[in-house]
Amino acid sequence: MIRAFLTAVLLAFAAALPAGAKDRLVIGMTQFPSTLHPQIDSMLAKSYALAMGMRPFTAYDPDWRLVCMLCTELPTVENGGAVLEKTPDGKDGIAVTYTIRPDARWGDGVPVTTKDVAFAVEVGKHPQSGVASAELYRRILRLEVHDERRFTLHLDRVTFDYNDIGGLVLPAHVDRANFEAGPAEYRNRTAYDADSANPGLWFGPYRVVRVEPGAAIELKRNPTWWGAPAAFGTVIIRIVENTAALEVNLRSGAIDYIAGELGLSLDQAAAMEQREGGAWNFAYKAGLIYEHIDLNLDNPVLADVRVRRALLHAIDRETISRRLFFGRQPVAHGPVSPLDWVYDPGLPDTPFDPDAARKLLDEAGWTNDAPGAPRRNAAGEPLRLELGTTAGNRSRELVQQVLQAAWKDVGIEVRIRNQPARVFFGETVSKRQFPGLAMYAWLSAPESVPRSTLHSAMIPTAENNWSGQNYTGYRNPDMDRLLDSIETELDRETRRGLWAELQAAYARDLPVLPLYFRATPYVFPKWLKGVTPTGHQYPTTLWIEEWRAEE
Amino acid sequence: MTRFLAARLLQAVIVLAVMSFAVYGLIGLMPGDPIDAMIAADPELTSEDTERLKALYGLDRPVWERYLAWAGHALGGDFGHSRIYHRPALDLLAERLPHTVLLMGLAFALSVAIALPAGIFAALKANRFGDYAVNFICFAGISTPPFWLAIMAMLLFSVTLGWLPATGYPAAGDAGWAERLRHLVLPVAVLGLLSAGGITRYVRASMREALRQDYVRTARAKGLSRAAVVRRHVLRNAMIPVVTILALDMGALFSGALITEIMFGYPGMGALIYNAVMANDYNLALIGLLFATFTTLAANIAADGAYVALDPRIAFRTGA
Repeated sequence: MIRAFLTAVLLAFAAALPAGAKDRLVIGMTQFPSTLHPQIDSMLAKSYALAMGMRPFTAYDPDWRLVCMLCTELPTVENGGAVLEKTPDGKDGIAVTYTIRPDARWGDGVPVTTKDVAFAVEVGKHPQSGVASAELYRRILRLEVHDERRFTLHLDRVTFDYNDIGGLVLPAHVDRANFEAGPAEYRNRTAYDADSANPGLWFGPYRVVRVEPGAAIELKRNPTWWGAPAAFGTVIIRIVENTAALEVNLRSGAIDYIAGELGLSLDQAAAMEQREGGAWNFAYKAGLIYEHIDLNLDNPVLADVRVRRALLHAIDRETISRRLFFGRQPVAHGPVSPLDWVYDPGLPDTPFDPDAARKLLDEAGWTNDAPGAPRRNAAGEPLRLELGTTAGNRSRELVQQVLQAAWKDVGIEVRIRNQPARVFFGETVSKRQFPGLAMYAWLSAPESVPRSTLHSAMIPTAENNWSGQNYTGYRNPDMDRLLDSIETELDRETRRGLWAELQAAYARDLPVLPLYFRATPYVFPKWLKGVTPTGHQYPTTLWIEEWRAEE
Repeated sequence: MTRFLAARLLQAVIVLAVMSFAVYGLIGLMPGDPIDAMIAADPELTSEDTERLKALYGLDRPVWERYLAWAGHALGGDFGHSRIYHRPALDLLAERLPHTVLLMGLAFALSVAIALPAGIFAALKANRFGDYAVNFICFAGISTPPFWLAIMAMLLFSVTLGWLPATGYPAAGDAGWAERLRHLVLPVAVLGLLSAGGITRYVRASMREALRQDYVRTARAKGLSRAAVVRRHVLRNAMIPVVTILALDMGALFSGALITEIMFGYPGMGALIYNAVMANDYNLALIGLLFATFTTLAANIAADGAYVALDPRIAFRTGA
């Protein structure tokens, strides 16, 4: 009897084994989206999943060019799609006209129309809807609807990115009733979370058919998709929060592919490639994640630019990148990625030069009388700084140790004081409580103007509710002027010149020590083709219809 | 018995009320509120957005005021919405609960199924090879970190041998019971094996204590066989302290389940509560932690019931 039972169980297990067909793609990633609503919250896991089921009006493509996805043509001043105008209060504004693709239909067959745009604008503008950043909606003074597919946005100011509006579409025929029943409760009632498998919520190559909170999202091919049909009938996003377990899942075949955007760490992927590189294809994409060290400029020691430059001269970033990151992470010379068209390749560098660092410190009044001991100033105070980062981040902790040794070599004593990420970001950095140096990363977008991190009006204080991200406390009227000018300059070549000035000012003042641009590792099965890492905030899944299985 | 149960339930309600205040206050004391975390992640957020969002989520009010508002709603059965999942906290918990109950239940059964015979065997073979072997395995189990054992189990059974899936939950929605069970084998084994070590040691110690009692000698002197004495007299007495330990072990099992759930990508309550605490999701963290407290309290009440069943000298009385 026991034998018969065991045989039955084994047969049942065998029958349950996956068939191994390539019609199904299982993607592993480490984070589950908190919501599937396009406007509420902003997190990469959500963007990754939504990109399969929806397409924004505009997005940056893998070549970092702004393109139209849901619209027929990108409106510009040159093609007449955007027209300069005056706002009702007499300021310079701009009217930008979009036309929705004629073949765009929600998964239930209802056409995507200007009603859906109007609904998205209404939700975005409502103070209680729960939309996190309402900046775009504040800029929209008026939505002018011409017909079912054509609309004009009247914006309150002229900025170079006037035509970059991202999503701005919600299914009015499905979700308006939920919104009108009570805007304050809309975020808890939206069909995106309460009825995620409703086909009327999706119009991309796939539509969500099942959500297993915290575990998986299943998508199936959307019959109303306008473009080339996607190669895989089913895509499953599988959540495994621990990256070691994620790697084992890939090796066991439980998942087919690890999303580079939210997957393995660089050292993990590089070690895997060295160990068993023949089994998978690996791709590393350096992009817009800017690892750097913020310097608190209110600290009198760091207020001296010679000390800041000495700190940078003393560290060998090339060797750090080569030894710790397998040469995959390019050294940063400023906040602008070398992949961005506004990057200035002629930027003055601050190379590894310990002698130059020592000379600068001498000039700044920090002399070194006892070898091995920290330098001291005329008052006998030691040159001692504190460096903090997120505790438990192995890469950063390794880098910290290398930096500490390098700075000690030139007579700067650096004490390490790390904190859990929530304390570090939630309190120490955001409220400028770090006394010296804070190491972390910024995620930006192509041609993203660093107003929030460099403008003097963006220094967080109790009075402004700790908003703004100029955590260094950097104040430079020239930088403020450049930031203001870049934002409003429509001519591309003039803007390129302003960007070069900005990068030069950054390299001259060094409010921040640039380290490197983080590389994102992608691990593909040999048969998966067509995935193009972007390096920016728009995920690879925005082009998932190009993914295919090829032996 | 009714009075006893009523008194214990009243105690449980008081403990839960105190715990709710303590947990709410402690989460409130943690640095960085949810909007601070949002500011760090989204450079576009302005001070206007910050003020609007803080007011929307009620974070512009003091903690005690928010707690009282929450408690008032909770008494009416409304435990609020999760801030990070935008859904009723109770619904989220209810969705995850069956998964965790299944994982913990099977792991608990496995650990008891291993620990009882192993502990009895070790006690009967005390200070001999068999005892040493069991002790060695127990200490290995107690000192092995769950995440390490989970990875090793995945590497051996999923990657090298290819017998079992590496995840704790099937990716496809239409998976049958056999597929679900297959996915549960590794997480249950990891969680069960880790808690079996400690329980085995308790069973062994309790058995050895009982074996030294006079009534055991008397029973043997009466001519009862060793097996009969162990079965009828020793085991029953030895189980009383073990039952207490098993009840208290529910809390430890819950902690172990958290790590196991994260490692195996299992959609249980442990991972849900962890994420809620880390994201300052008051409503979800609170209801999750209160449920964990309730589970431990309920296990203790069940243990009281088990004492009565095991020892006729113990009766349900209050104030004794």
